[in-house]
Amino acid sequence: MKQDNFPSSNDTPSGIKGGVHEDLVHESASKHVTGSADYTDDIAEPVGTLHAYLGLSERAHAKIIDLDLTPCLAMDGVVGVLCADDIPGVNDISPSHLDDEPVFVTDTCEFWGQPLFAVIAETRDQARRAAQCAKILYEDLPVVTDAYAAMEAGYPYVAKPLKLERGDFETGFADAPHRIASQMRIGGQDHMYLEGHIAFALPGEDEDVTLFSSTQHPSEAQHMVARVLGIASHAVTVQVRRMGGGFGGKETQMNIFCCVAAMAAKKYNRPVKLRPDRDDDMAATGKRHDFIVDYDVAFDDDGKILAVAGDFIARCGYSSDLSGPVTDRALFHADNAYFYPHVRLRSHPMKTNTVSNTAFRGFGGPQGVIVAERMIEEIAYKLGKDPLEVRKVNFYGGAGRDLTPYHQTVEDNILDRLVDELAQESDYQERRSAVLAFNKRANETGAIYRKGLSLVPVKFGISFTATWFNQAGSLIHIYADGSIQLNHGGTEMGQGLNTKVAQVVADAFQVDIGRIKITKTATDKVPNTSATAASSGTDLNGMAALDAAEQIKTRLVAFAMEKWGVDADAVVFLPNQVKIGEAHMAFDVFISEAYMARVQLSAAGFYKTPKIHWDREKGQGRPFFYYAYGAAVSEVTIDTLTGEYVVDRTDILHDVGKSLNPALDLGQVEGAFIQGMGWLTTEELWWDDKGQLRTHAPSTYKIPLASDIPRIFNVKLAHWSQNKERSIKRSKAVGEPPFMLGISVLEALSMAVASVADYKQCPRLAAPATPECVLLAVDALQSGAGDAH
Amino acid sequence: MPSIRDEVSFWLNDQLITRSAFSPCETLLDFLRLNQRLTGSKEGCAEGDCGACTVLVGRLYRGGLIYETVNSCIRFLPSLDGCHVVTIEALKGQNGALHPVQQAMVDHHGSQCGFCTPGIVMSLYALWMEVPQPNRQQVETALQGNLCRCTGYAPILKAAAAISDYGTPASDWLENERNVNFDRLADLKHGDRVVIEKDGQRAILPANLDDFSHVRLDEPDATIVAGSTDVGLWVTKNMRALDVMVFVGHLEEMKEISCAKPYITLGAGATYSEAQDAVVEHFAHLKDFWNRIAGQQIRNMGTIGGNIANGSPIGDLPPVFIALGADVILRRGWEERRVPLEQFFIAYGKQNREQGDFVKAIRIPLMQDSSHHAAYKISKRRDEDISSVCVAFNLTVEDGVISKARIAFGGMAGTPKRAEHCEARLIGQPFCEASLVAAGACLDEDFTPLSDWRASDVYRMKVAKNLFRRFWLDQIDGQPEQEAAQ
Repeated sequence: MKQDNFPSSNDTPSGIKGGVHEDLVHESASKHVTGSADYTDDIAEPVGTLHAYLGLSERAHAKIIDLDLTPCLAMDGVVGVLCADDIPGVNDISPSHLDDEPVFVTDTCEFWGQPLFAVIAETRDQARRAAQCAKILYEDLPVVTDAYAAMEAGYPYVAKPLKLERGDFETGFADAPHRIASQMRIGGQDHMYLEGHIAFALPGEDEDVTLFSSTQHPSEAQHMVARVLGIASHAVTVQVRRMGGGFGGKETQMNIFCCVAAMAAKKYNRPVKLRPDRDDDMAATGKRHDFIVDYDVAFDDDGKILAVAGDFIARCGYSSDLSGPVTDRALFHADNAYFYPHVRLRSHPMKTNTVSNTAFRGFGGPQGVIVAERMIEEIAYKLGKDPLEVRKVNFYGGAGRDLTPYHQTVEDNILDRLVDELAQESDYQERRSAVLAFNKRANETGAIYRKGLSLVPVKFGISFTATWFNQAGSLIHIYADGSIQLNHGGTEMGQGLNTKVAQVVADAFQVDIGRIKITKTATDKVPNTSATAASSGTDLNGMAALDAAEQIKTRLVAFAMEKWGVDADAVVFLPNQVKIGEAHMAFDVFISEAYMARVQLSAAGFYKTPKIHWDREKGQGRPFFYYAYGAAVSEVTIDTLTGEYVVDRTDILHDVGKSLNPALDLGQVEGAFIQGMGWLTTEELWWDDKGQLRTHAPSTYKIPLASDIPRIFNVKLAHWSQNKERSIKRSKAVGEPPFMLGISVLEALSMAVASVADYKQCPRLAAPATPECVLLAVDALQSGAGDAH
Repeated sequence: MPSIRDEVSFWLNDQLITRSAFSPCETLLDFLRLNQRLTGSKEGCAEGDCGACTVLVGRLYRGGLIYETVNSCIRFLPSLDGCHVVTIEALKGQNGALHPVQQAMVDHHGSQCGFCTPGIVMSLYALWMEVPQPNRQQVETALQGNLCRCTGYAPILKAAAAISDYGTPASDWLENERNVNFDRLADLKHGDRVVIEKDGQRAILPANLDDFSHVRLDEPDATIVAGSTDVGLWVTKNMRALDVMVFVGHLEEMKEISCAKPYITLGAGATYSEAQDAVVEHFAHLKDFWNRIAGQQIRNMGTIGGNIANGSPIGDLPPVFIALGADVILRRGWEERRVPLEQFFIAYGKQNREQGDFVKAIRIPLMQDSSHHAAYKISKRRDEDISSVCVAFNLTVEDGVISKARIAFGGMAGTPKRAEHCEARLIGQPFCEASLVAAGACLDEDFTPLSDWRASDVYRMKVAKNLFRRFWLDQIDGQPEQEAAQ
C-alpha cells in the first residue's frame, strides 16, 4: 500500500496517529516540496494527445460580422477548429441556468477576451499560435465597463436583485441626531491561483468522456459537458486530484475549458488538453465583483446605529454566472457584526461589458462587511471616538438586538469576549495612545510619516445560501487487508480538506491515518456533489465521511456480536485494534475476519445541513447554520510624501470552533488575511477605455509578496470556542471568514491618512488603497478638499 | 574565425544533455516538462514573475562554480551551453529522506496548494547554500521572485529561518559534488562558435567578444539575447518569431567590471547580481535600490546592458546611470564610441545606435566628495514591480551652493530623461529644502506623464515633486521616525 507521507507524530491522547483536533501536516506536503505532487498538467499525456487553444475576442462589445478561421487551419500542426456551429448539444454553460453564457459567441461578443472559437493542433504552441491567426471583422457597439455608468445607461440586471428590509428605515432616519450618506468604491480582485485553468479530456467508447481538470465543482463540470455535448451525465466523468489554488475562481469558470476539451476529444477521438496562458486565463475568466455602494447611516451621540440604507451596485460583467448569490451575500454581510434597528439593503447586479464576475473567497461577503466597517469609521470620525468603541456599542446582543436584516437570530455571538481578548493581548489601548501621540508630534513638527491602528471584527455566516447545495456524499471502502480508501465530494485546493476528512475517518475507526488513502475526487464515485466552496468543504464532507464510517462500523459491530456472542457495547474500537468482550484483535485481523464472514465493507455516506431555510422573495429565513467570528488589529505606517506604507504589525484572534487541525486552520487564517490585505492594498484591476483589462498577469497585477506581510504577525485561534451547533466535531468553517480581517489594514491606513487633518474627517479611502490612493487622500485632506480619491 | 559547432551541451541534474537542431526559442521550462518529463517545475505565468518554474543554473564564473536561481520559463535552451541545470527532482536528502529545505517546509506547513512550492524550495535552497542562517530580510529578498497565493508566506519565513536546524550545506550533495561538477563544466568549455538551426530559425553563440563583433556585423538584424528577461516575453507572451538570435550571456569579456579612476566600467553582459557588489561599493546610495530591481531570479539573469539597450522608459537603471553622468560604450566591428547615456535614448523605442552597434559597457564616473546622491523607485508593490516613477539625484554642492545638478527620471516620459528645468532652477541656489522644493515645482515644465495601470498622471507628477523633498530629508541626519517606518 503506497502511503501519502504523514509525519510521525507522537501518540495522541486518543492513541492513534492523525486523529481529530490534532496538528497534522497537509497530506501532500512531502509531495509538494519534492515536486512529485501531480497537477493536471503533469499527467503523462497518451500518445496522440492534441491541444486546444481558445481564440478570444479583441473587442469589449461588438457584432461579429465575419469570423474567418481558414488562416488558422493553414498553420503548422493544426488539426481543426471549433466554433459555435460545431457544438453538438446546447451552446450554453450558465451555472445559474439563465441561458446567458455561450461556450462560443454566436453573433455579439460582450467582453474583451470572450471565447469565439478554438483551434486544435498537435502541440499547444501550434494551437496557440494558430489561434492568433483568425480574421475577425467586428462592428463596434457602445462599451460600458463601470457598474455605475451601466446603471445610468439603463443596462439591465444580470440576475434578480435582492432587498432585505426590517423595521422602517425612514422612521429610523427621521429622528436621528446624526446622519451620514456617502459612497464607497470597492475594487475587484483576481484569484491569481498559481495553477491556471486546465482541462484534459480522454475520449472513451460510446459517448463516454473522462476529464481531468482543476475544478472546484466536478459535478457541475460534468453536467455542463453533458449539456454541451448533448449526452447524458452518466457518460461524463470528471476527476480532480488536486488544484494549485482555487479561491472560487475554479467554481464555475472551469466549465468552458472542460466543455471545449471534451468536444474536441470526442470530435477527433483523441485526448485533448486545454490550458490557457496566464494572460488569457485572466482575460477570459471572472474575478471578484467590484462594487459601488451608496450608504446612508443614522446614529445617536453614543455612536449607536439607528438606521441603515444601502444600495450595492455590482459590476457583474456580461452574464449572470454566480452574480445573483454573490450580490445576495453582500447584503447578508452588510451588517457584519452590528445590529441595525431599521434597515433596507438593496442589490443591483449590473450587467457590464466586462468578463462575468464570479465566486471569490467570501463570495460578496467581504464587500458587504467592508461597508459596515466604513459606516463605523464615519460614525467614529464624526463623533471623535475610537472606532473600537463604536463597534462595541453596536455588536449584536442584548434585549431585542439579535435579529439580522434577513431575520435570522444571532444566537452564537462570541465577539464581546473575542474582541476584548484580542484588544488585551495586542495592547490595543496603549498602542492607540502611542499612535495618536506619534501623529500629534508629526503634525507639530511637520514630519512625514503617520501611523494608524485599527481593530476590525468579522462575523461570517456559514452555509450555501442556495439551500440545496448544503449536501454532500462520501464513499469508503475497507479492503480485506484492512487498508481504507476514502472518497468524498469535496475537492482539494490546498486548504487541507482531504487531511481533515481523513482525520475524521481515522478517529471513527480508531486507526492511524496512515491506513487511510484519500483518492481523487471523481464524479463516478460520489455523484451530484456541491462545489467545494462557501467554506463548507469540511463541514459537509467530513459529516458525509463520518456517516459512511458509522454505517460500516454498525455492520462490523453486528458481525462481532453474532460471531463472538457479545453485546453491542462490548465491541469497542480502540486504537488500531478492536476489543470484543475481553479479547483484543488487531484492526486488520478483525477486518479480515469480517471479510471472510461476508460483511459489506463499503459504504456511501450522506449529509445535509439541518435547520436552514431561506425565502428569497420575502428576504427572510435562516440561511446560515452558524456564524464564524474573528478579529484583527493592524498597525501601519504611511509615507505622506509618496503614499507608500508598511504594515508594522497584525494580531489576529480567530474562531474556528473546536479545530479539527489547528495547524492547518492557522494556515488558512494567515493566508486568508494576506489575501484580504492584498485585495485592499496593491491588487488593482485596471480596464482601459476600450474595455480591455490591462492588468492581466503577475507583471501588472500585484499580489502580496513575502516582504509585504506584517513585520510582526501574531495569529491565534480562539481555543476556547466550540460550535454551538452540531457541526463536525464542533469545528467551524475557516476558508472565507478570516479573509475579511484584511479590512483592518485598510482602516489602519485610513486612520493614518485621517491624522493629517486631525481625524476630523473620514478619509473615505477607496479600495484598493494603493500608494497612489493613499497619497491622493492625504493631499485631499491637507488641501481641505473633503472626499478623497 | 573560430570553428563552428552545431550543438549545445549542458548537465541536467546528473545527466549530460547534448542537443542540436532545435528551435532556439525553446524554453528551459518546456524542455524540462515536455521533453524530459520533469514536471516538478511549474508554469505559473510564463513571464518570470511568479517563480513557480525556478531552477538553479550552475556556471563557471571567475574561476569558480556558482549556482543561481533563474526563471526557467523565460530562459532559452541555447543559453545553457556549458551550464549545470538543477531541478527540484534532484533535491534529495541523505538516504532517501527529504532535503533539509524540504523537511523544514513540511514541518512548518509551508505549502498549501503546493503549486508554487517547488519554486520556493529552490529559492530557499539557493539562499541556504549561500547563507545557511539568513535573517528575515535576506529571506524576503531571496523570495522576491516567488509568489504564493495560499499561505501568506508566514510559515515559509518560519521554515526558511529553521533550515539550518535540519542540516548544513556541508552535508548537501551539490556542495559535495562541486568539484565533480566544476570538472564537468570545464570539460564542456570549447571556445567554438555555436550555431543551432531549425526551420529557418537560428541561434548563434559567439565564441568570444571579437567573434560577437563579427556576428553582429554579419547579422545586423539579429536579436541580441543576454538574460532574456525581456526577449523571453517576446516569445512566451507575444509569440514573436525571432529568426536569428545572438546569445551573449556566456561571454565573460562582456561581464568585465573594472575600476580605473575616475571611472568604473560595467560590462554590458554583467547581470544585476554580478554587478551588485561593485555598484554598492562605489555608489552606496544604490544599496537598497539595487534589491528593488525585479526579483532575485531576474537579477540573476537580466543584464546591465539589456536594461539600457532595450530602451524602455521604465527601466530602473537608465535614470540612475544618467544622473551619475554615465556613458554608454558602443562597439561596432573593431571600433568603439562613447555616447552620453541620456543621448542614447532618442525617443520611445528609438535609440542612438547604428547598424552593427552593440552596447559593450557602461562607463560611470565615480562620485565626488562634494556630490549628493539618491535614487528612488515608486511602485504599486514595493518589491518585484515596475516603477511608476523612478528618479535619481546627483547634486554637486560647493560652499553650500549647488553648482551642478543631474536629475533623471524614468516613467515620466517616453524615454528616461533629465529634468532640465528643475536642474537649471537649482544651479546657484543654496543646498536647502526650499531650493529643492522650488525646483520640484518646475517639474511640469519638464514632463507631461501618462496615465496607465501603474499610476495616473496626477500621481506620477505629485510623487515626483515630493521626491525632491524626500531627497532633502534624506540628506539631513536625525530622522528617527523614518527608522520606525522601515
